Amino acid sequence: MTATATPAKADVKTRATPAERRATVIGTVMVLLAVFVFWVFGLGLESGVRSTFNLSLPGERFQNLVWEVNAQWLSFVVAAIMAFLGGLVLRRSHVKWTNLALAIGLGLFALGFLTWAAAEGSFSLVGMLRSTVLLSVPVTLGALSGLMCERVAVINIAIEGQLLTAAFVGTILGSAWGIWAGLIGAMVTGALLGAVLAVLSIRYRVDQIIAGVVINIFALGLTSFLARRVLSQAPELNSPGRFTSIKIPILGDIPVIGTMFFDHNVFVYAMFLLVIALHFGLFYTRWGLRSRSVGEHPKAADTVGINVYRVRYRNVILGGVIAGFGGAFLTLAQVSRFEENLTAGIGFIGLAAMIFGRWRPFGVLGAGLVFGFARALQQKLGILGTPIPSEFLSMTPYIVTIIVVAGVVGRARPPAADGQPYIKD
Amino acid sequence: MKLELKGITKQFPGVLANDNVNLSVAEGEIVALLGENGAGKSTLMNILYGLYTPTSGEVLIDDKPLELHSPGDAIAAGIGMVHQHFMLVPVFTVAENVILGDEPTKRIGWLDARRARKMVKEISGRYSLDVDPDAIIEDLPVGIEQRVEIIKVLAREARFVVFDEPTSVLTPTEVEGFFEIVAGLKADGKGIIFISHKLGEALEIADRIVIMRRGKTVAEVLPEEVDEEKLAELMVGRPVDLVVHREKAKPADVVLSVENLVVLDDRTQRAVDGLSFEVRAGEIVGIAGVQGNGQTELVESLTGLRTSLGGVVRLNGEDITTKSPRAIHKRNVAHVPEDRQRSGLVLPFTVTENIVLDSYYEAPVSRGVQMNWGAARDRAVRLVEEYDVRTPSVDVLVSTLSGGNQQKVIVAREFDRDVALVIASQPTRGIDVGSIEYIHSRIVQERDNQSAVLIVSSELDEILALSDRILVMFEGKIAGEFDSSATPTEIGLAMLGSQGGLEAS
Amino acid sequence: MPNWYARITGVGSSLRQALVIPALALLSALVIAAFIIAVTDVDTLPIWGTDPGEAFRLTIGGIGDAYKALFVGSFGSVRAITETLFAATPLIFAGLAVAVGFQAGLFNIGVNGQMHIGGMAALWVGFSIAAPAIIHIPLAILAAIAGGALWGGIAGLLRARTGAHEVITTIMLNFIALFLVDYLLKTTVFQQPGRNDPISQKAASTAEFPTLIGDYRVQIGFLIALAAVGAVWWLMYRSTIGFEFRAVGSNPDGGKYAGINVAWIYVTVMAVSGALGGIAGANQILGLEPYRGISNFAGTIGFDAIALALLGRSHPVGVLFAGLLFGALRAGGREMQGAAGIPIDLVLVVQALVIVFIAAPSLVRAIYRIKTPEQEGGTTFSKGWGA
Repeated sequence: MTATATPAKADVKTRATPAERRATVIGTVMVLLAVFVFWVFGLGLESGVRSTFNLSLPGERFQNLVWEVNAQWLSFVVAAIMAFLGGLVLRRSHVKWTNLALAIGLGLFALGFLTWAAAEGSFSLVGMLRSTVLLSVPVTLGALSGLMCERVAVINIAIEGQLLTAAFVGTILGSAWGIWAGLIGAMVTGALLGAVLAVLSIRYRVDQIIAGVVINIFALGLTSFLARRVLSQAPELNSPGRFTSIKIPILGDIPVIGTMFFDHNVFVYAMFLLVIALHFGLFYTRWGLRSRSVGEHPKAADTVGINVYRVRYRNVILGGVIAGFGGAFLTLAQVSRFEENLTAGIGFIGLAAMIFGRWRPFGVLGAGLVFGFARALQQKLGILGTPIPSEFLSMTPYIVTIIVVAGVVGRARPPAADGQPYIKD
Repeated sequence: MKLELKGITKQFPGVLANDNVNLSVAEGEIVALLGENGAGKSTLMNILYGLYTPTSGEVLIDDKPLELHSPGDAIAAGIGMVHQHFMLVPVFTVAENVILGDEPTKRIGWLDARRARKMVKEISGRYSLDVDPDAIIEDLPVGIEQRVEIIKVLAREARFVVFDEPTSVLTPTEVEGFFEIVAGLKADGKGIIFISHKLGEALEIADRIVIMRRGKTVAEVLPEEVDEEKLAELMVGRPVDLVVHREKAKPADVVLSVENLVVLDDRTQRAVDGLSFEVRAGEIVGIAGVQGNGQTELVESLTGLRTSLGGVVRLNGEDITTKSPRAIHKRNVAHVPEDRQRSGLVLPFTVTENIVLDSYYEAPVSRGVQMNWGAARDRAVRLVEEYDVRTPSVDVLVSTLSGGNQQKVIVAREFDRDVALVIASQPTRGIDVGSIEYIHSRIVQERDNQSAVLIVSSELDEILALSDRILVMFEGKIAGEFDSSATPTEIGLAMLGSQGGLEAS
Repeated sequence: MPNWYARITGVGSSLRQALVIPALALLSALVIAAFIIAVTDVDTLPIWGTDPGEAFRLTIGGIGDAYKALFVGSFGSVRAITETLFAATPLIFAGLAVAVGFQAGLFNIGVNGQMHIGGMAALWVGFSIAAPAIIHIPLAILAAIAGGALWGGIAGLLRARTGAHEVITTIMLNFIALFLVDYLLKTTVFQQPGRNDPISQKAASTAEFPTLIGDYRVQIGFLIALAAVGAVWWLMYRSTIGFEFRAVGSNPDGGKYAGINVAWIYVTVMAVSGALGGIAGANQILGLEPYRGISNFAGTIGFDAIALALLGRSHPVGVLFAGLLFGALRAGGREMQGAAGIPIDLVLVVQALVIVFIAAPSLVRAIYRIKTPEQEGGTTFSKGWGA
């Protein structure tokens, strides 16, 4: 017998659901931001002032692409669209689209902000977009590492430590034996630290967060100690080579998009490929099904004969390899030397990106780009010389992370067994 | 083809869970394994399924011993298990759950979704287990989930199927359907072990009944030879009164009044959808219905643990719809929660600390900001004595107590004051018969003291035994109201959603 | 096991277990650290190839020098002991902060940020008002408490209202506080006139924490820390609020059922924790030269505090002893850096190793083959990311 047809909902006057309340808050925020844009950006500029967005970099195939726009008009348009979207959200008629409207609204706000910041001058928009992708790499790789681990229900707080230690090893091996040796060494280091996390949390049932924090403290202490004891006395071990950009023919020549996505070093391309591989792997293969089952309902997996412990070990170590790869990016591509506390919280931002991306590879890629944008924005504003003090600009990625985590968590569902050690009784 | 557990003994630190147990099943035979909670049935089945290794003894098929070190070994040997708490991944589809662990794949491990779907449909058809392969488990009603568990087992070509408390989540009508399925399996030559504590069902379906008590097999009988009383006596070791003796109720004023209550569950669906009912002082109202029809959310909203979306709840005339748990508690409402380990107790705390969990902020247990541990301890000692809680002292961690004694701690705490309304949710789930009897008698005592009592239970027997009035909950609404003379069949129909009984509310 | 011991400490396990595991953890950590010292002795490493005997002697000698310096620097003289107490003071406050959080199931990694905000608040009171010390110092400490409580409370509020896990939010707040301090140190309000770098004015001499013994650096901060230990003990085990903290820490669902407003508890716990962190920050400014604010004046104390709380098993008395131990490591570590040339970061490594062994009692037991006690107990923080 199947379930009976769903009877009509009771006709009762109800209070607002949490989703409706959230829509009210977000709608109000959007309208307020629209007013802000109108006032500060729109009215704050003189009419006739133009902002110039450079859409091509020197050395590209298509040169001199620019987008010149009347700054004030653009601000007004942005404000209008934002107000419209905010109004839609406030009317609660389409509560499901709240998130999309918010995303579009925030994107427009960023556009308005950039227009204002670039007023009376020119501004390499494409350069900033390219930086976005580049700066998203360590965040996304960290997030993917976290994703691998959390999909089998192991929380990996140690991403920061893995990135840091891998970066350190990468720089030493890279200086001694070349960048590829450095890369491999970094990935092995990541795997080793992943193994430590796995052993501590799976075998010895240490609380996963404590285990992660421990690895981070250990990594920070060890790398700082070694940097001072060894690197300072042997600086030749701290100047590895660098992975340079490789432009993909044809695709790389497309204006804007090409520069943004197809003219980068191997790490960026590997990141895209990894996202695709993980997506299909997790959702279309046997490996993915079993891994996810371990993360959602390990007891069920156990009772069909899946070795829960082995799956967890394997995935956590793989996650470590990915983090190691990210660490290599930091010292072998982004900059070419190691410094104390090089990572400065990127591992944790990666965790936020993982939550923001709802534990799905493509979502994580998107989230990583958002954070990359925040970091690129911070850099750009520093160069542009806006009146905002540099210290506040430095805070941007961290504030964004808090907003993301506060706004998204609780609404996103992690794998059901996340954080719980599996105890066969 | 014969499956045999011979001389199985399993020793845990401090506990002899199985003591030289013998059990056998032949092809096409249904054996019921009965025993109360803690008798050792689960341990025995876990051994059979490869999750435990026995301290001594062996498992044999056709007199050949089996090496069972993991569920994989058991599955390979043709042993399948349908667990009491379903081993289904909620976010996966039916097909994904069925193939998990034995997936049909194309190259490089790519899942063959089409073959998976075909397999599910085939088994579905053969055994009349209709289910949609692409449905997501968490959207399915519990009765359908069980079918998926059965399909899982059959997909691996099990020859012997073990059912662990299969009917605890089914309505009486669904139980009939389940029996038909089991009959079909039997006709197909499968050997079936049916674990239960429901005596009537065992009598109806089994070819043979084996009874376990305290880790030993104490009896093996044929259903024709015994009745429920005899079975209960064999299970517990002494004559058991299956009926709760109580006098006729004398209901007085309305204590609890619920009007058009609407409550959302965690997935923002309406779990309670326009519910209205009343409970009077001096009566026991039982809410029957299989789990998942909104009972949990109803109790949570009545006790302030979950905000409701609409409707009014009144206690002695006062509107308590939006009041906090503490405010409701202070109005003399006792709450025995459904999940005692999660909600009712703080397991790492001592018995004393748990006894004062609801009163730690008032005199005499506390003086202003400071706790008076002496007074707390005195109360704990008194209540442990009064409510017959078996514990070495009040300073041990409550986690060391058995389920029944933990529940008694909760009951002691809640009932030790003037109580206007008792809300008890699944009050005797998973505890031993002795504690069950005790708690039932305490509940009736409260009723006789002119408290209003609301019981929510998925055990129809418990509802029938205790209630003066019975309400059936289905999909968030009241589907039927009955008095204590109702039969399980009538109530069972209401559980399916058809309106019935005295009057539909 | 004596009943009075259990009543005082609230600890349900044996005295032996409470001491043996941490002692063995420390021992193991020191052994591994010795190994690290040996392996990174860049000068001696090449000699192993040519003259192993000599290399071995040099290595052992090096390790010996290092540990001798460690001991001398922490206990070898009256001065050393006062240095130990001096170094232990902020660690005790910070450790209490983390321990309070742990007891309620919250992971406060933000002591670093709370120290910064609290310290700046105390600093501001230090140079903005003129008052006799007997008023000035308590006022400064109050400001530190307010600042730290505010900073911690933010994370608590976020956790309570949105479910944002405090591990991420406190770490983010750490960075934000760091930059905030840098910014403030360059404003006219704070900055030392005539300087361009981020360094603040000097606090008034009436705000400086008076030293206790002669010329030595240990000051009343240490006595206040002892008082704080007592206060936290009373809070956790004798007050009704402490009961609520611990109930929520052990079982938030049970706490909710008991009528405890769990969200409010999260905010309160983080505020109390932050307040203790704030006092630690005040100590770092008003308790030592140069009585000014500088960039990142909290250093690694916030992270050491985590090790402390774990070592002390989240119990105030345990934290006190752990704090003294780590203070000894720091005082000795400084000597080790000066006399034997070992970078002080090694102390960080030792601390991390100690945490590893503490957090994995089964690991220590496996290594040293100790029997398991009946219960493990303790709160788990890893409940996933949801509220």
